[in-house]
Amino acid sequence: MAGLKDPRQRVTQLGRAARRAARLQRAARRRRAFSASAAAERARAAALARRAAGAARHPAGHPPPGPFRAGAWRSPLRGLWLTSVLAAVLLAGLAILTVTGLLSYAAYDPLLPGNDQTPGAGLLKFCLFAWPTHPSWLYRVDQGVHITLGLALVPVVLAKLWSVLPRLFAWPPVRSLAQVLERLSLIMLVGGVLFEFATGILNIQNYYVFPFSFYTAHLYGAWVFIAGFVIHVTLKFPRMVRGLRSRRLLRELRIPLAGTAPEDPDPAGLRAARPAAPTISRRGLLAAVGGASLTLVGLVVGQSIGGLGRRAALFGPRGLSATAPHYLPVNRTAASIGLTAADVGPAYRLTLAGTRTVTLTREQLLALPQHAAELPIACVEGWSVSCRWTGVRLADLARLAGMPAPAAARVESIQQVGSFRAAVLSAGQVADPQALLAVTVNGHLLPWDHGYPARTIIPNAPGVHDTKWVSKITFLKQA
Amino acid sequence: MTADVTGMAAVGARARQVAGWVRRWYGASPLHLLALVTAFALAGYAVRAVVAAGQWRGFAEWFIVAIVAHDLLLFPLYSLADLPLRRLLPRHLTRPVSRAQPRPGPGDPAWATAAGPHPTVVSPATHETGWDHLSAPAVPARPVTEPVAGPPLLNYVRIPVAFSLLLMMVFFPLILGPSQPEYHRASGLSTGPYLWRWLAITGVMFAISAITYAWRLRRLAARDRHP
Repeated sequence: MAGLKDPRQRVTQLGRAARRAARLQRAARRRRAFSASAAAERARAAALARRAAGAARHPAGHPPPGPFRAGAWRSPLRGLWLTSVLAAVLLAGLAILTVTGLLSYAAYDPLLPGNDQTPGAGLLKFCLFAWPTHPSWLYRVDQGVHITLGLALVPVVLAKLWSVLPRLFAWPPVRSLAQVLERLSLIMLVGGVLFEFATGILNIQNYYVFPFSFYTAHLYGAWVFIAGFVIHVTLKFPRMVRGLRSRRLLRELRIPLAGTAPEDPDPAGLRAARPAAPTISRRGLLAAVGGASLTLVGLVVGQSIGGLGRRAALFGPRGLSATAPHYLPVNRTAASIGLTAADVGPAYRLTLAGTRTVTLTREQLLALPQHAAELPIACVEGWSVSCRWTGVRLADLARLAGMPAPAAARVESIQQVGSFRAAVLSAGQVADPQALLAVTVNGHLLPWDHGYPARTIIPNAPGVHDTKWVSKITFLKQA
Repeated sequence: MTADVTGMAAVGARARQVAGWVRRWYGASPLHLLALVTAFALAGYAVRAVVAAGQWRGFAEWFIVAIVAHDLLLFPLYSLADLPLRRLLPRHLTRPVSRAQPRPGPGDPAWATAAGPHPTVVSPATHETGWDHLSAPAVPARPVTEPVAGPPLLNYVRIPVAFSLLLMMVFFPLILGPSQPEYHRASGLSTGPYLWRWLAITGVMFAISAITYAWRLRRLAARDRHP
């Protein structure tokens, strides 16, 4: 690739290609008999001739104008080292993002009937396993990291794309079949990362403008991204290591604007052919990218860690939105599902279905043994908060229904329409002594918006599996 | 034994021959091809699931639009937005100096003047810029005289601007409020406060930038007084 930069070499190569094309064409003509190999040879000869002609129209020194000209890219900061530093951050960051994302997928227990939002995933379900109830903070940490790290990586992704963007306009656009495939694989990588970031960021702000289901598309988009990511790392890792070794980070961080010089030319051609004078030092650019990441983290992380941080989460979509005195954010209000006083008043009944069916009034439910649990409620959108819940153990309710050890339980809400109005819990979740049908939170009766008169709270489950306004629990013999 | 060795050597030679043929025809080693085909197969399998879910059209559109929006829209836009900043802002605010002969230091154009035989300094009024971001070509200009220039101003403006726009890009559904209906249904709250928070954060960023700039000016002034 680097060799082709030299116009003389390029001309020699063009001559060679043209001669080869002519030779092949002569050979093809000589062969009278029409055979597959001769046809292929003719096609190859024609392709070579076309390529030679095309290259002659736009020889290396004269690509089409605009960004295709190497001279159009002037920034003296671009270079293999800078790209490699950003790549190293992304390699670690995107790997964590992928793992936390796949864990989050497993947390929904899609293998239980009724929970699966991605029935067509097929072999992609290989990463699923029975989601545990302990440690109870696992989902909270996993999803908090997924959202916060995702936002933190936005500036890094933008900087990385900026650093390699001249390569999009590399001329000539096609050098070999290998290079064409490699460029196509970048559609999976760049398209994947932008698709995942866009859908994720819009989803945490409840901006559902995409014409597809978020859960389905975010999962399948992730797999397209993973394919692009793995192949990119496989092909470019040695180059990244070479880039990282080309300069010393600590020394680079001491160079001010006045001392900022272009990097050495690299085979990838990332360094500008005609670098301009710098307007910012390399450390200045890295500081700006890192500062932007930290700013984004600072503005949202409070929604996941709670405490005083929650007040600082100015851009956490649920950071400051919590209602006193519980300080517990709401996801789906009672008003939005049309809940009325008739639904949760004296006429409220909880149905337990097992080997026998039991119907309980709210008073009967409160008369059952009450247990307390300090458990986080954690939303897929990133916010989470630890609360003290009291209520009846699901295991006790299972016994009431005559099924002390069910294989699964389907929890249904009064809510008639909308996603996640029912969830299927695993045997482990029902059996866990901390899994409650809660009636109070932080010492108060459940507010309407939080599922009055009763909601489930399951250790380590995603928030949407903590069904609100529970009307029926069906204990199942088979999952 | 000898036959085995010869046989293996022949197989090895044949393998090398095939590898060489693939390399000529394909442009890289067969492993490169194998790895890429595997990656495409995995992505294809995921796309198959999207098709099965009946959502391939929107999925494909968003995928392509995401790439085009970044590479052919966002990038040119922020590069172009950087141009007026670089053109209009004085690259160095002039500052008074108490000494007759200021000691040139890094960052001062005077330093460049002193260092090179052909003094070059970026003059904001005349320099021609590439359309590319984060660069400004140096053009020969008149040598700098009193009063001497302060530190470059450009980054103290464009970094808070960039932070503010980044925040807008990431959180526009909350800041500008298009997600208000769904957001309200979910949380019972309004997106209203986010616009004010964005304005406040933008203000704070500019304030921090201004304070840092002032601090740098003072430090340079102090250095001039006590060389």
